[in-house]
Amino acid sequence: MNGAGTLQLPPQASTVAADIDALYYFIFWGCAIAFILVMGGMFFFMAKYRRREGVPYKPSPSHNTPLEVTWTVVPFLLLMVVFVWGFKGYMDLHITPANAMEYSVRGKQWLWQVNTPGVSTASVNEMVVPVNTPIKVLLQSDDVIHSFFVPDFRVKMDAYPNQYTTMWFEATKTGEFDMYCTEYCGTEHSQMFGKVIVKTQAEFEEWMGQNTGRQEDQDPAEYGEGLFVSKTCATCHSIDGSTALTGPSFKGLWGSQESLADGSSVLVDENYLRESMLEPNAKVVAGYEGVMPTFTGLLTDDDIFCLIEYIKTLQ
Amino acid sequence: MATQVEDINPDIPSDVNYLNVTKGLKSWLTTHDHKRIGVMYLYSVMAAFLVGGMLALAIRLELLSPGQTVMSSETYNQVFTLHGIIMIFLFIIPSIPAALGNFIMPLVIGAKDVAFPKLNLASYYIWVVGAIFTIVAIITGGVDTGWTFYTPQSIRQSGSVIWMGLGIFILGFSSIFTGLNFLVTMHKLRDPKIGWFDMPLFCWAIYGTALIQILATPVLAITVLLLAAEKIFQVGIFNPALGGDPVLFQHFFWFYSHPAVYIMILPGMGVISETITAFSHKPIFGYRFVAFSSIAIAVLGFLVWGHHMFLSAESEFSTMIFSFLTFFVAIPSAIKIFNWTATLYKGSIALTTGMLYTLAFLFLFSIGGLTGIFLGALSVDVHLHDTYFVVAHFHYVMMGGTVMAFLAGIYYWWPKITGRMYPENISRFACLLVFIGFNVTFLTQFVVGSKGMPRRYYDYLEQFAPLNQFSTFGSWILGAGILIATVSLLWSLKNGQKATANPWGAAGLEWKTGSPPPLENFHELPEIKHGPYDYDYLYGGQKPTRH
Ligand code: HEC
Ligand SMILES: [Cu+2]
Ligand SMILES: [Cu+2]
Repeated sequence: MNGAGTLQLPPQASTVAADIDALYYFIFWGCAIAFILVMGGMFFFMAKYRRREGVPYKPSPSHNTPLEVTWTVVPFLLLMVVFVWGFKGYMDLHITPANAMEYSVRGKQWLWQVNTPGVSTASVNEMVVPVNTPIKVLLQSDDVIHSFFVPDFRVKMDAYPNQYTTMWFEATKTGEFDMYCTEYCGTEHSQMFGKVIVKTQAEFEEWMGQNTGRQEDQDPAEYGEGLFVSKTCATCHSIDGSTALTGPSFKGLWGSQESLADGSSVLVDENYLRESMLEPNAKVVAGYEGVMPTFTGLLTDDDIFCLIEYIKTLQ
Repeated sequence: MATQVEDINPDIPSDVNYLNVTKGLKSWLTTHDHKRIGVMYLYSVMAAFLVGGMLALAIRLELLSPGQTVMSSETYNQVFTLHGIIMIFLFIIPSIPAALGNFIMPLVIGAKDVAFPKLNLASYYIWVVGAIFTIVAIITGGVDTGWTFYTPQSIRQSGSVIWMGLGIFILGFSSIFTGLNFLVTMHKLRDPKIGWFDMPLFCWAIYGTALIQILATPVLAITVLLLAAEKIFQVGIFNPALGGDPVLFQHFFWFYSHPAVYIMILPGMGVISETITAFSHKPIFGYRFVAFSSIAIAVLGFLVWGHHMFLSAESEFSTMIFSFLTFFVAIPSAIKIFNWTATLYKGSIALTTGMLYTLAFLFLFSIGGLTGIFLGALSVDVHLHDTYFVVAHFHYVMMGGTVMAFLAGIYYWWPKITGRMYPENISRFACLLVFIGFNVTFLTQFVVGSKGMPRRYYDYLEQFAPLNQFSTFGSWILGAGILIATVSLLWSLKNGQKATANPWGAAGLEWKTGSPPPLENFHELPEIKHGPYDYDYLYGGQKPTRH
């Protein structure tokens, strides 16, 4: 997080945030004043006209057309200001600048798959973008409706399985920003969570350059350990044998005989592990549901190799 | 002091009344008396409310800390689904119309019963069947779709959501029949001396509600039928895998559910018009404005469903129209708030429990309404949509509005319904707890949401923990308040002081018969000299006014 934002709103980190916040606080103060006036009246009357013995009843008018027309028309005019202002801000959110970089974001139960222009493999739950550059996001979903939300940018859009939707933003600050799924999508809805990482132009180019995977001299198992977290395996698989998560634990998996849902069993070797990642429903482990998403296109061959090396170390 | 023109609290005998004319369970289960049916509804919806409330406490308990606190994410999702469905379809929709409306409406228009007493009883049984069906379907099918059951999420795994839908379908018929019955009753059985504008505003609200019930509820039924047809015949309607369109489902759903919001709130507004006048002994300020705003809300309520779909790939043009209309429909509600507040001016205000709930309504419903402006403003809604801000907003409207009004109505009419007075001080204390607990629970959720926490989240980031904890503490205070209120009301059934015919000195016709009323409401219909809010006549010695 950069800075704490205001009491009610998160930090502003995009070009549209300031205008949206200004409208938010305009409404807030308008409402606060209206509320205090009405409640002030209510509490005042409540105290002043509390029923007391011996106070005679004094009839008072129960109708006043000018007054009633006033409190109909004035709020209406104020609301029209809010309406026009809100609509203008909304159009700013909808008109994508022509020079925007085009990212593709796919929601699937329960992760975000992000394709950066110019990078061949997709990243998971992580979106790396350059600062001060308009970014267009083409949204889609593999299964149910999801919704892509970055509070610090004040942008949000639903992702559908049968159509594309788009949105855009331009980050004005570098750093890491939370991104959420805001359309209820099932069991792990609240785990469909990631980061938008905003880098300076120079850092971004450097990242693009080295985002070709593992360094020559890096240990595969060590690199695999990083992938285990960054590719979200950790949300469904434990490494300590605990079975509280959606998928089986990896502890002691390597070399064991795995019993499958169809009653057969299989030796856990490199090919089985590879297949489990690319075609998870080909062999479903007994006692589990086949809900693991396929990682085809999300993992390079080297990534798969490194993950396998890592799983081997978990004895 | 002005002379009192008539006996405000006449000594009307009530030894033989609707509660004791016949005895035994069977006499209740086969009754055609609108009052008994109202009472059966009252107990049933209160039971639903308590169950839904316990589920709410479970939700808040789970959210006490990030990660798993007491239940798994599957259970959590089922719990909030059950909470939403019970509170909306089993509790709020029938609460005021079917329970209080049934009891009070025929009384105040001088009728002996509703137009179709047997249909009225049938509505109740349909409600019971629908309620059982729905709950069984959710629990056995493990439905975890939320009360909105958006496709394709809702239809992916099993068919259980269709069963749940069928339950709601059945409940819908109960609602339609009740609405129809009330409309006919008000047209046909209203005493000829009571003109449309002599009706209490509660009846206007019930009238508006009945209109929506009849016109909107069939859309829900159609939606459920389409879901079933899609499943059985495998034709694509809502399911993208079959070529259907999930956005279409949202249109159908909100075309019912937005008007349904007014099915839920209009009757509450009606109750408030009764209680605020009765406890401040003042004619309602601007009768016609309030009456017509009920009808305006009922009509305009049909035109704003799209404001739930600003981020659902809706075109910019329709988004603009829906945003505009949303601000438009805010006006009648605002008018009512101003009119109620103005009613207090120069009144003679008695701070009974019913009045305290009325004031709580004004306070909380104002917040609910005002925060709706944030959500209607398009650019701000993009940020707030589907966050906890929305959760807080509709709880302020539904619980802060309808439930407070329901409680105000219960305390106001309790002597009439049961023939007993409730214990005043303990009830006031419970009301205070409810008010404080409610604000602690939900005010925090506005901030949680505007800070960015999405709704329907089982788990959340550390940064949201303090506010969530605060909210959970609030839910305990709220729960304690409701518990005390429930126990003391039940206690008063046997032990409460006997009520007189008109303990509040109110002007409505229902107070001119015994507490509780006799079987056919009045031993003999009293002469109707004045309108339902004519306190200037009753206490001020002025000429009776008719509207
Ligand atoms: C959404 C939850 C989820 C995610 C994310 C996930 N898995 Fe799985 N995984 C499962 C489930 C459930 C099973 C058991 C059912 C099956 O065999 O398909 C499973 C099974 C497996 C198996 C077979 C395990 C055994 O005991 O035989 C392997 C290997 C595996 N996953 C690897 C991975 C890797 C590597 C990743 C990350 C790149 C990953 N999974 C991400 C849910 C998930
Ligand atoms: Cu989601
Ligand atoms: Cu709505």
